[in-house]
Amino acid sequence: MITASVVTLFSLGFVSAGVLAIASKVLYVEEDPRIEVVTEALPGANCGGCGFAGCEAYAAAVINDPDMPPNKCCAGGPDVAARVAELTGKAAGDSDPQVAFRRCVKVEGKVAKKFEYFGIMSCAAAKMVQDGPDACKYSCLGFGDCVRSCPFDAMWIEGDLVHISPEKCTSCGTCVRTCPNSILELIPRRARVQVFCSSQDKGKAVKDVCEAGCISCGACIKKCPAQCISTVDERIVIDHKACLAYGPSCEEVCVEKCPRNILRCLNPDMISAAPETEPATYPEESHVADLQA
Amino acid sequence: METFLLFISAIFVNNIVLAQYLGNCPYLGCSKEKGVAFGMGAAVIFVTIMATLFTYLIQAHVLIPFHLAYLQTIVFILVIAALVQFVEMFLKKMVPPLYKSLGIFLPLITTNCAVLGVAILVQRKEYDLVTSVLYAVAAAAGFLLALILMAGIRERFEITRIPRSMRGVPIGLVMAGLMSLAFMAFKGMIA
Repeated sequence: MITASVVTLFSLGFVSAGVLAIASKVLYVEEDPRIEVVTEALPGANCGGCGFAGCEAYAAAVINDPDMPPNKCCAGGPDVAARVAELTGKAAGDSDPQVAFRRCVKVEGKVAKKFEYFGIMSCAAAKMVQDGPDACKYSCLGFGDCVRSCPFDAMWIEGDLVHISPEKCTSCGTCVRTCPNSILELIPRRARVQVFCSSQDKGKAVKDVCEAGCISCGACIKKCPAQCISTVDERIVIDHKACLAYGPSCEEVCVEKCPRNILRCLNPDMISAAPETEPATYPEESHVADLQA
Repeated sequence: METFLLFISAIFVNNIVLAQYLGNCPYLGCSKEKGVAFGMGAAVIFVTIMATLFTYLIQAHVLIPFHLAYLQTIVFILVIAALVQFVEMFLKKMVPPLYKSLGIFLPLITTNCAVLGVAILVQRKEYDLVTSVLYAVAAAAGFLLALILMAGIRERFEITRIPRSMRGVPIGLVMAGLMSLAFMAFKGMIA
């Protein structure tokens, strides 16, 4: 009985081992050793800014797919792009550096509170209660879900609004995916004009709750000579690529024509300025007036 | 009709997780997000079918003819572990998309007691080969159902105010108990 058991188990184990050994030879998948090298060249933050699950997934894609550009890693920036390009033998191309940007100025617009919120201090939770405690349901809720999600420590809450440090922001887009109100978006660092409201409501509904909200008058859309302003989901969207390509000859007519001061022109240097001068995403009135003059 | 009853029995009345308490480890471990739960459930369905098929053949053609039925448990463990390894290699080479979606879960299932449980249960119930495989599908579907229900509830936990001492595993275990209790309502409908 013991002999039979031992012999059976031994032979079964032996057969399984043999099959697995043969299988591992026959079914061996060759993995490009370059994938490992590229993975090491990447920052390893696994932020997902490139659109892949992690740094390794992007490394595999950039090696295996000849059309995959080597500059997808926004966290690493140009240095990493150059290194990846060198390792993969691809042209580095020029990546237009981007930065996260908050489309809301509810403090300036004096948005009132509908009610006092005492629940969990999270935007996602607050959003579930009557669309949040702010009178405007498209506003920055200010509970800092994005701040907690930011892998690079580039955001902070101040005066009920989120602020972004352009120095630290790597435009990975984690905050953009986190924000339940879609307040945050990625814009090119050298974007000429920014939209400071993300309301999807029409005229009166916006006027009632915010002094600085977009009333969808459409003046900017009509006036833009490059036709790069449009509405997507009832929100004003600027095609920054087309805007930058058109150049400064329009003299920012959209900024001038906006009756609510939603479109603003920020000095491109300001967006990449040091965080001490902070109002990168929050300009003083005088600055805007200067640009309009 | 019998097949239908078999499915209802295996998915609801005798749910492998909630009524037979098998596979509790992945049930609690892989139920934090619906996507992960679905991947794990799909991998379990796949492996359970393969494992039941193979262990059935081993039982019928090796263990019984040689009067070695008492070696059932250890032989099944051996066969399932080897099979999962083989399937992983096979998928990686032949069906890369399927490997990508199931791949990370396959090594976790190697010693999953739900898979082994189904393989042994079909022997105990003395099903024929076709019924065994159908039972495997149904039992694994029940596992998937339990996992997805749990993941749905746990996703709500993220935004629920839970006393600090209960957060994480404790509330998960309480929830598992309550869900099991709820499934007890099916008891007696079908054997």
